[in-house]
Amino acid sequence: MTTATIAGREIHVDAEGFLTEYDEWDEELAKQLAQNIGIDLTDRHWEIIRFLRADYRENGETPTLRRVSAVGGFPTKELFQLFPKKPAKKMAYIAGLPKPKGCV
Amino acid sequence: MTTTEQEPRLIPDFGEDTDRKMAFIASKGTLDMAYPALIMANAALGEGIEAHIFFTFWGLDMINKKTMHDLKFTPLGNPATHMPQGLGGLPGMTAMATHMMKKQIAELGVPEVPEFLQMIVDAGGHLWACKMSADMMGLGEDDLFDGVEGILSATEFIELTDGAQIIFI
Repeated sequence: MTTATIAGREIHVDAEGFLTEYDEWDEELAKQLAQNIGIDLTDRHWEIIRFLRADYRENGETPTLRRVSAVGGFPTKELFQLFPKKPAKKMAYIAGLPKPKGCV
Repeated sequence: MTTTEQEPRLIPDFGEDTDRKMAFIASKGTLDMAYPALIMANAALGEGIEAHIFFTFWGLDMINKKTMHDLKFTPLGNPATHMPQGLGGLPGMTAMATHMMKKQIAELGVPEVPEFLQMIVDAGGHLWACKMSADMMGLGEDDLFDGVEGILSATEFIELTDGAQIIFI
Protein backbone atom coordinates (compact mmCIF):
# COMPACT_ATOMS: atom_id res chain seq x y z
CA MET A 1 0.00 0.00 0.00
CA THR A 2 1.31 3.38 -1.04
CA THR A 3 0.43 6.73 0.35
CA ALA A 4 0.33 10.05 -1.43
CA THR A 5 0.12 13.55 -0.07
CA ILE A 6 -2.96 15.15 -1.56
CA ALA A 7 -4.31 18.50 -0.42
CA GLY A 8 -1.81 18.39 2.43
CA ARG A 9 -3.01 15.04 3.72
CA GLU A 10 -1.57 11.55 3.69
CA ILE A 11 -3.93 9.43 1.58
CA HIS A 12 -3.81 5.69 0.77
CA VAL A 13 -3.65 4.97 -2.95
CA ASP A 14 -3.02 1.95 -5.16
CA ALA A 15 -0.07 1.62 -7.53
CA GLU A 16 -1.81 3.79 -10.15
CA GLY A 17 -2.93 6.48 -7.74
CA PHE A 18 -6.59 5.54 -7.19
CA LEU A 19 -7.73 6.00 -3.60
CA THR A 20 -8.16 2.80 -1.65
CA GLU A 21 -9.87 3.99 1.54
CA TYR A 22 -13.47 5.10 1.06
CA ASP A 23 -13.48 7.16 4.24
CA GLU A 24 -10.36 9.15 3.48
CA TRP A 25 -12.21 10.99 0.74
CA ASP A 26 -14.07 14.25 1.15
CA GLU A 27 -15.17 16.99 -1.21
CA GLU A 28 -12.10 19.11 -0.55
CA LEU A 29 -9.95 16.20 -1.67
CA ALA A 30 -12.12 15.66 -4.74
CA LYS A 31 -11.39 19.19 -5.88
CA GLN A 32 -7.68 18.45 -5.76
CA LEU A 33 -8.11 15.09 -7.50
CA ALA A 34 -10.09 16.75 -10.28
CA GLN A 35 -7.45 19.42 -10.64
CA ASN A 36 -4.77 16.70 -10.88
CA ILE A 37 -6.40 15.45 -14.07
CA GLY A 38 -7.40 18.80 -15.50
CA ILE A 39 -11.11 18.81 -14.74
CA ASP A 40 -12.98 21.84 -13.38
CA LEU A 41 -15.84 20.56 -11.30
CA THR A 42 -19.27 21.99 -12.11
CA ASP A 43 -22.52 21.26 -10.26
CA ARG A 44 -23.22 18.51 -12.76
CA HIS A 45 -19.87 16.86 -12.05
CA TRP A 46 -20.73 16.91 -8.35
CA GLU A 47 -24.11 15.27 -8.92
CA ILE A 48 -22.38 12.44 -10.74
CA ILE A 49 -19.64 12.07 -8.16
CA ARG A 50 -22.18 11.95 -5.35
CA PHE A 51 -24.09 9.26 -7.23
CA LEU A 52 -20.90 7.21 -7.55
CA ARG A 53 -20.13 7.58 -3.84
CA ALA A 54 -23.65 6.60 -2.78
CA ASP A 55 -23.83 3.68 -5.21
CA TYR A 56 -20.48 2.34 -4.03
CA ARG A 57 -21.53 2.63 -0.39
CA GLU A 58 -24.64 0.64 -1.17
CA ASN A 59 -23.18 -2.02 -3.43
CA GLY A 60 -19.49 -2.17 -2.59
CA GLU A 61 -18.58 -1.78 -6.25
CA THR A 62 -17.73 1.19 -8.41
CA PRO A 63 -20.59 1.66 -10.90
CA THR A 64 -19.73 1.18 -14.57
CA LEU A 65 -20.49 3.84 -17.16
CA ARG A 66 -23.62 1.92 -18.11
CA ARG A 67 -24.79 1.89 -14.50
CA VAL A 68 -24.13 5.61 -14.07
CA SER A 69 -26.32 6.30 -17.09
CA ALA A 70 -28.99 3.60 -16.60
CA VAL A 71 -29.38 3.81 -12.81
CA GLY A 72 -28.02 7.29 -12.11
CA GLY A 73 -29.84 8.83 -15.07
CA PHE A 74 -26.84 10.71 -16.48
CA PRO A 75 -26.75 10.41 -20.30
CA THR A 76 -23.74 8.65 -21.83
CA LYS A 77 -23.00 11.61 -24.10
CA GLU A 78 -22.81 13.96 -21.16
CA LEU A 79 -20.47 11.67 -19.24
CA PHE A 80 -18.06 11.74 -22.17
CA GLN A 81 -18.31 15.54 -22.28
CA LEU A 82 -17.77 16.07 -18.57
CA PHE A 83 -15.04 13.45 -18.14
CA PRO A 84 -13.47 13.28 -21.60
CA LYS A 85 -11.92 10.16 -23.15
CA LYS A 86 -11.97 7.83 -20.15
CA PRO A 87 -15.08 8.80 -18.22
CA ALA A 88 -15.48 5.68 -16.07
CA LYS A 89 -11.93 5.83 -14.73
CA LYS A 90 -11.91 9.60 -14.30
CA MET A 91 -15.17 9.62 -12.38
CA ALA A 92 -13.92 6.84 -10.14
CA TYR A 93 -10.65 8.64 -9.51
CA ILE A 94 -12.29 11.91 -8.50
CA ALA A 95 -14.88 10.07 -6.39
CA GLY A 96 -12.06 8.31 -4.53
CA LEU A 97 -13.15 4.84 -5.65
CA PRO A 98 -11.38 1.91 -7.31
CA LYS A 99 -11.57 1.56 -11.08
CA PRO A 100 -14.85 -0.09 -12.14
CA LYS A 101 -14.51 -3.81 -12.81
CA GLY A 102 -17.68 -4.53 -14.81
CA CYS A 103 -17.49 -5.09 -18.57
CA VAL A 104 -20.44 -2.91 -19.54
CA MET B 1 16.76 -1.33 -11.89
CA THR B 2 15.57 1.32 -9.54
CA THR B 3 16.35 4.97 -9.50
CA THR B 4 15.88 7.25 -6.58
CA GLU B 5 15.41 10.42 -8.57
CA GLN B 6 11.64 10.28 -8.80
CA GLU B 7 8.72 9.61 -6.51
CA PRO B 8 6.37 6.99 -7.96
CA ARG B 9 3.76 8.64 -10.13
CA LEU B 10 0.67 8.97 -7.99
CA ILE B 11 -1.73 10.52 -10.42
CA PRO B 12 -3.22 7.88 -12.72
CA ASP B 13 -2.02 8.14 -16.27
CA PHE B 14 -5.15 8.54 -18.35
CA GLY B 15 -3.08 8.36 -21.54
CA GLU B 16 -5.33 10.73 -23.41
CA ASP B 17 -3.16 11.17 -26.44
CA THR B 18 -3.65 7.60 -27.63
CA ASP B 19 -3.94 7.20 -31.39
CA ARG B 20 -5.17 3.63 -30.98
CA LYS B 21 -8.05 2.77 -33.25
CA MET B 22 -10.12 -0.41 -33.35
CA ALA B 23 -12.53 -1.83 -35.89
CA PHE B 24 -14.86 -4.74 -35.24
CA ILE B 25 -16.41 -6.69 -38.09
CA ALA B 26 -19.74 -8.10 -36.91
CA SER B 27 -20.67 -10.92 -39.26
CA LYS B 28 -23.17 -12.92 -37.22
CA GLY B 29 -26.83 -12.31 -36.58
CA THR B 30 -27.48 -14.48 -33.54
CA LEU B 31 -28.07 -12.99 -30.13
CA ASP B 32 -25.01 -14.60 -28.57
CA MET B 33 -22.71 -13.43 -31.35
CA ALA B 34 -24.11 -9.89 -31.41
CA TYR B 35 -22.67 -9.06 -28.02
CA PRO B 36 -18.90 -9.53 -28.45
CA ALA B 37 -18.53 -6.61 -30.88
CA LEU B 38 -20.83 -4.40 -28.82
CA ILE B 39 -19.08 -5.10 -25.55
CA MET B 40 -15.58 -4.67 -26.91
CA ALA B 41 -16.35 -1.57 -28.95
CA ASN B 42 -18.01 -0.03 -25.91
CA ALA B 43 -15.02 -0.89 -23.73
CA ALA B 44 -12.67 0.60 -26.32
CA LEU B 45 -14.65 3.86 -26.37
CA GLY B 46 -14.50 4.01 -22.59
CA GLU B 47 -10.73 3.88 -22.90
CA GLY B 48 -10.65 6.84 -25.25
CA ILE B 49 -10.03 4.65 -28.31
CA GLU B 50 -11.63 5.42 -31.68
CA ALA B 51 -13.98 2.50 -32.42
CA HIS B 52 -15.86 1.37 -35.52
CA ILE B 53 -18.22 -1.54 -36.09
CA PHE B 54 -18.76 -2.82 -39.63
CA PHE B 55 -21.85 -4.98 -39.99
CA THR B 56 -21.61 -7.55 -42.74
CA PHE B 57 -23.68 -10.52 -43.86
CA TRP B 58 -25.84 -11.80 -41.00
CA GLY B 59 -24.38 -9.09 -38.83
CA LEU B 60 -26.70 -6.71 -40.69
CA ASP B 61 -29.53 -8.24 -38.66
CA MET B 62 -28.12 -6.30 -35.71
CA ILE B 63 -28.81 -2.96 -37.39
CA ASN B 64 -31.79 -3.89 -39.57
CA LYS B 65 -34.78 -2.14 -37.97
CA LYS B 66 -36.94 -5.17 -38.75
CA THR B 67 -34.73 -7.73 -37.01
CA MET B 68 -32.58 -5.87 -34.47
CA HIS B 69 -35.15 -6.20 -31.69
CA ASP B 70 -35.59 -9.87 -32.27
CA LEU B 71 -32.20 -11.61 -32.51
CA LYS B 72 -32.26 -15.21 -31.41
CA PHE B 73 -30.07 -17.74 -29.75
CA THR B 74 -30.36 -21.42 -30.55
CA PRO B 75 -28.77 -24.40 -28.82
CA LEU B 76 -29.17 -26.31 -32.10
CA GLY B 77 -25.78 -27.36 -33.38
CA ASN B 78 -24.04 -25.63 -30.48
CA PRO B 79 -22.29 -28.23 -28.33
CA ALA B 80 -21.16 -25.51 -25.91
CA THR B 81 -24.62 -25.50 -24.34
CA HIS B 82 -23.86 -29.04 -23.07
CA MET B 83 -27.42 -30.10 -23.81
CA PRO B 84 -28.19 -33.30 -25.70
CA GLN B 85 -28.14 -32.20 -29.34
CA GLY B 86 -31.55 -33.80 -30.04
CA LEU B 87 -33.22 -31.35 -27.66
CA GLY B 88 -32.12 -28.29 -29.58
CA GLY B 89 -34.40 -29.14 -32.48
CA LEU B 90 -37.57 -29.48 -30.44
CA PRO B 91 -40.31 -26.95 -31.15
CA GLY B 92 -40.06 -23.86 -28.98
CA MET B 93 -36.49 -24.57 -27.91
CA THR B 94 -34.98 -21.56 -29.70
CA ALA B 95 -37.58 -19.22 -28.20
CA MET B 96 -36.94 -20.61 -24.75
CA ALA B 97 -33.16 -20.43 -25.05
CA THR B 98 -33.41 -16.87 -26.40
CA HIS B 99 -35.64 -15.85 -23.53
CA MET B 100 -33.23 -17.33 -20.98
CA MET B 101 -30.22 -15.67 -22.52
CA LYS B 102 -31.93 -12.27 -22.66
CA LYS B 103 -32.85 -12.63 -19.02
CA GLN B 104 -29.28 -13.45 -18.02
CA ILE B 105 -27.94 -10.51 -19.99
CA ALA B 106 -30.50 -8.15 -18.45
CA GLU B 107 -29.63 -9.36 -14.96
CA LEU B 108 -26.07 -8.18 -15.54
CA GLY B 109 -27.39 -4.71 -16.33
CA VAL B 110 -26.36 -5.09 -19.97
CA PRO B 111 -28.79 -3.48 -22.42
CA GLU B 112 -30.55 -5.15 -25.34
CA VAL B 113 -28.99 -4.77 -28.78
CA PRO B 114 -30.79 -1.60 -30.00
CA GLU B 115 -30.14 0.27 -26.76
CA PHE B 116 -26.55 -0.95 -26.71
CA LEU B 117 -26.02 0.41 -30.23
CA GLN B 118 -27.39 3.78 -29.15
CA MET B 119 -25.05 3.77 -26.16
CA ILE B 120 -22.11 3.15 -28.50
CA VAL B 121 -23.18 6.00 -30.77
CA ASP B 122 -23.56 8.29 -27.74
CA ALA B 123 -20.06 7.32 -26.64
CA GLY B 124 -18.74 8.46 -30.02
CA GLY B 125 -18.56 5.09 -31.77
CA HIS B 126 -19.10 4.67 -35.51
CA LEU B 127 -21.47 2.15 -37.10
CA TRP B 128 -21.24 1.11 -40.75
CA ALA B 129 -23.15 -1.30 -42.96
CA CYS B 130 -21.54 -3.47 -45.62
CA LYS B 131 -22.62 -2.51 -49.13
CA MET B 132 -22.58 -5.95 -50.70
CA SER B 133 -24.61 -7.46 -47.85
CA ALA B 134 -27.09 -4.58 -47.93
CA ASP B 135 -27.47 -5.01 -51.69
CA MET B 136 -27.98 -8.77 -51.32
CA MET B 137 -30.70 -8.26 -48.75
CA GLY B 138 -32.25 -5.33 -50.55
CA LEU B 139 -31.65 -2.91 -47.68
CA GLY B 140 -31.11 0.85 -47.90
CA GLU B 141 -30.16 3.42 -45.28
CA ASP B 142 -33.80 3.88 -44.35
CA ASP B 143 -34.03 0.24 -43.32
CA LEU B 144 -31.13 0.59 -40.92
CA PHE B 145 -30.82 1.80 -37.35
CA ASP B 146 -30.56 5.60 -37.32
CA GLY B 147 -27.14 5.59 -35.68
CA VAL B 148 -25.59 3.88 -38.71
CA GLU B 149 -23.44 6.48 -40.46
CA GLY B 150 -23.43 4.93 -43.88
CA ILE B 151 -23.17 1.94 -46.18
CA LEU B 152 -19.57 1.24 -47.16
CA SER B 153 -17.92 -0.87 -49.79
CA ALA B 154 -15.15 -3.18 -48.71
CA THR B 155 -12.58 -0.78 -50.14
CA GLU B 156 -14.02 2.16 -48.26
CA PHE B 157 -13.90 0.14 -45.06
CA ILE B 158 -10.25 -0.71 -45.63
CA GLU B 159 -9.45 2.96 -46.24
CA LEU B 160 -11.39 4.05 -43.19
CA THR B 161 -9.64 1.62 -40.88
CA ASP B 162 -6.11 2.53 -41.89
CA GLY B 163 -3.93 1.86 -38.86
CA ALA B 164 -6.75 0.22 -36.85
CA GLN B 165 -6.67 -3.07 -35.05
CA ILE B 166 -9.28 -5.22 -36.78
CA ILE B 167 -11.28 -7.87 -34.97
CA PHE B 168 -13.50 -10.22 -36.96
CA ILE B 169 -16.45 -11.74 -35.16
